[in-house]
Amino acid sequence: MENDKKNTTCCCSCSSPDTLPKEIVQYINECMQKPHSESYLIPVLHKIQNYFGYLSPCYLEEVAQLMRIPAAKITGVATFYHLFSFTPRGKNRISVCLGTACYVKGSGKILDKFKERLGIKENETTPDGQFSIECSRCFGACALAPVVVVNDKVYGDVKPEQVDKILADYGFKK
Amino acid sequence: MPTSLEKLQDMRRKAVFRVFEKKFVVPVRITVGSATCENAAGATDVYERFRQLMEKHSGLDVVLGKVGCAGRCDLEPMVTVVAHGHIPVKYMRVTPEKVDRIFEEHILHGKVIEDFTMRRSAGLYNAQRVVTLCAGKNCFEKHAPEIEKAFLENIQRLGLSDRIIITRSACQGLCQHGPVAYVYPDGVMYQKLTPEIVKEICEEHLAKNHILGKYVWSGERLTNRSFPFFGDVYFFGKQLRLTLRNCGVIDPESMDEYLSVRGYEAIAKILTEMNPQQVIDIVKKSGLRGRGGGGFPTAQKWQFAAAQPGTEKYMICNADEGDPGAFMDRSMIEGDPHTILEGLMIAGYAIGACKGFVYIRAEYPLAVSRLEKAIADAKALGLLGDNILGSGWNFDIEIRLGAGAFVCGEETALIHSIEGSRGMPTQRPPYPAISGLWGKPTVINNVESLANLPVIILDGPDWFSSIGTEKSKGTKVFALAGKVANTGLVEVPMGTTLREVVFDVGGGIKNDKAFKAVQTGGPAGGCLPAEYLDTPVDYDSLAAAGSIMGSGGMIVMDEETCMVDVAKFFLDFTQSESCGKCTPCREGTRAMLAILQKITDGKGEDGDIEKLEQLGKIIKNASLCGLGQCAPNPVLTTLKYFGHEYKAHIYDKKCPAGVCSALLTYTIDPEKCVGCTACKRKCPVHCITGDPKKVHTINQEDCIKCGTCLTVCKFDAVTKS
Repeated sequence: MENDKKNTTCCCSCSSPDTLPKEIVQYINECMQKPHSESYLIPVLHKIQNYFGYLSPCYLEEVAQLMRIPAAKITGVATFYHLFSFTPRGKNRISVCLGTACYVKGSGKILDKFKERLGIKENETTPDGQFSIECSRCFGACALAPVVVVNDKVYGDVKPEQVDKILADYGFKK
Repeated sequence: MPTSLEKLQDMRRKAVFRVFEKKFVVPVRITVGSATCENAAGATDVYERFRQLMEKHSGLDVVLGKVGCAGRCDLEPMVTVVAHGHIPVKYMRVTPEKVDRIFEEHILHGKVIEDFTMRRSAGLYNAQRVVTLCAGKNCFEKHAPEIEKAFLENIQRLGLSDRIIITRSACQGLCQHGPVAYVYPDGVMYQKLTPEIVKEICEEHLAKNHILGKYVWSGERLTNRSFPFFGDVYFFGKQLRLTLRNCGVIDPESMDEYLSVRGYEAIAKILTEMNPQQVIDIVKKSGLRGRGGGGFPTAQKWQFAAAQPGTEKYMICNADEGDPGAFMDRSMIEGDPHTILEGLMIAGYAIGACKGFVYIRAEYPLAVSRLEKAIADAKALGLLGDNILGSGWNFDIEIRLGAGAFVCGEETALIHSIEGSRGMPTQRPPYPAISGLWGKPTVINNVESLANLPVIILDGPDWFSSIGTEKSKGTKVFALAGKVANTGLVEVPMGTTLREVVFDVGGGIKNDKAFKAVQTGGPAGGCLPAEYLDTPVDYDSLAAAGSIMGSGGMIVMDEETCMVDVAKFFLDFTQSESCGKCTPCREGTRAMLAILQKITDGKGEDGDIEKLEQLGKIIKNASLCGLGQCAPNPVLTTLKYFGHEYKAHIYDKKCPAGVCSALLTYTIDPEKCVGCTACKRKCPVHCITGDPKKVHTINQEDCIKCGTCLTVCKFDAVTKS
């Protein structure tokens, strides 16, 4: 039984605290009952990322066992799609839209300002784990361009001068 | 045994009863926009404020509801107040504070607050009636002067000028009955107008409130049904809303409201009256072409799949709206999810599919949750699942999320993504219609294509094909964004010119700047200059101009947009979204991007333009899928139409639009500088020198061209060149 192996601690040196939670294991088992069960790999990865905020190699290893898909294939799939992250993201995730409408309206400058203020680059997390910056390709809110999304809140018509105010909303102190 | 259609009609009667009891007969209905864009603009607070006020004033005959996005994103959050017998009012940019006033003055005391509505419609709400004349090419243009003149003369003669407002709308698709005029709020459409009939209408209806039944068009069209609820008649300009017919009108989360606007009637009708081949023939006759970009005839795709043997076939709705600057699919799904499901069912029935999938971007959480609810509601009513409406036909729909890969909009890549693999395209043929998902015949249709299907079934292929141009039928939805005054979603008949979309519907360029280009078709499309503004919007005309229709992103650029920079932006996008499978796309886009980077860094040299052209042609011809084949388009069209900007960058080392920072110099005008020290204090690299009250200078060697000095100078002394 694959499940028996589960209560061992993490196999690699990553900081992930534990193995997959019960509900995700149960979801995988349900998927395994359906036809073309391997097609549920991406939904499973979404579930894991939603739960932990990122995909650690150990989770992928466990998925490989449970779904009977080679770990190499899972890594291949997970690395192909931009939405999957392999490093823990900040508590507050800042996404600056670099879609066409936002770009034409100067979202590049807003990104620069966030990077300057937080001292990190895109796809990085501040050392205290509070903030991370991502670039996004269009949230479909182009009429509000330029758009910044922090966690789930959408800020429209953002100007570089508002960056400090937005960061302050999430408790950022210089 | 009742037929599927009878079952559905019974379902609708009950739904209408519930909706009516709840809504349309009560004196006042307040709807608040609810979509990603509306919520970002603050619609949730507005809704909450209305809810609190209604709680406080319990017993009022007012209902509060949510509707999808109406398309004018720049004016959000929006609130519509529909009061029986009155002209619907649309309030723009509503805040919780404005809600207090709207509630107090309008809801409680019946006084419209015109300051909160669109300025253009001042006076509208004092009017008793609005007469909207169809300004479509077919009926109006031939008779325009005499009909409009007849209305104006008679209204003046009868002394009704301050009570009646005359407006024009886009083609209403009633060309055989034209010229037509719609009278608001009576909800009456008069047909086949002549100056004599107009005189009679003015005397009897407008002056004495007697509706003249003999001239009223008694038919019904899906599109006209929701007309009275749109509110502000100026709001939609030259639009004809076929696929967006319910967006901003019905509550997207209410099955009852969808049923009440003839929802699921089209699928019930075909289940009762038609075999799959008849459905294909109807769509063939309508001339519908794929709205996802390619423009391939929808019926032809279906025919291929239908002709394949076997019962395991799949129908996929492509809602992987990856083009940056396009949000039609999101808006449609958020505003009217059931229409998409119904369209998918119609297509599934036509090709004989056993199951449908909606492949949607994970970046659209609200759209996903509304779709999930719609599927659950449809299943609960027996409109989806086994033995649909007692017809014996089984069809199930499942949602699959994308994970942020643009290339998955390509058919074969999308199929691999659903299969749980990397979304990399494969060689066609075999086409998915022959061998697609799990090797079975599969048809993939775009969201907008599917949204057209209920209209085609219920209003007929002849009517549908009367709209649009000879080779492009129906309407097209565009996501209008960029430097245009009215940003948002617009739906216009095919053949409308770019000028009409940008200037009439879009309201022209923001801040009165000069128009430079319009970009259609997203990263696969091209930039068209002012000379091409009179190009009609249809598949073939746009292709002839070097761009494509694409999925419908339309980004307007003004004099402050650098075309080399824009080309670089798009190429950067396609380069990073290239899946890496074929060499021309993977390496070619990289090589082109490097040249563009060099040019915008001021290091361009003789021969670069030729290299770009040559690489572009190779990538176009040799790439495996549409992503690579179209990737060079933005560069090639900007080279063709804005070659002078490339030359300015390469030979003169100048960026005419003032965007490419490496090519800019900031200088301080000694005449204007008063020595206030503002720039010196703010300069991040301390490259400005000068004593207080003396002229300051910028050390060009250290300047990083950040533009801070320009922003902070209050005396316009800093110039950018």
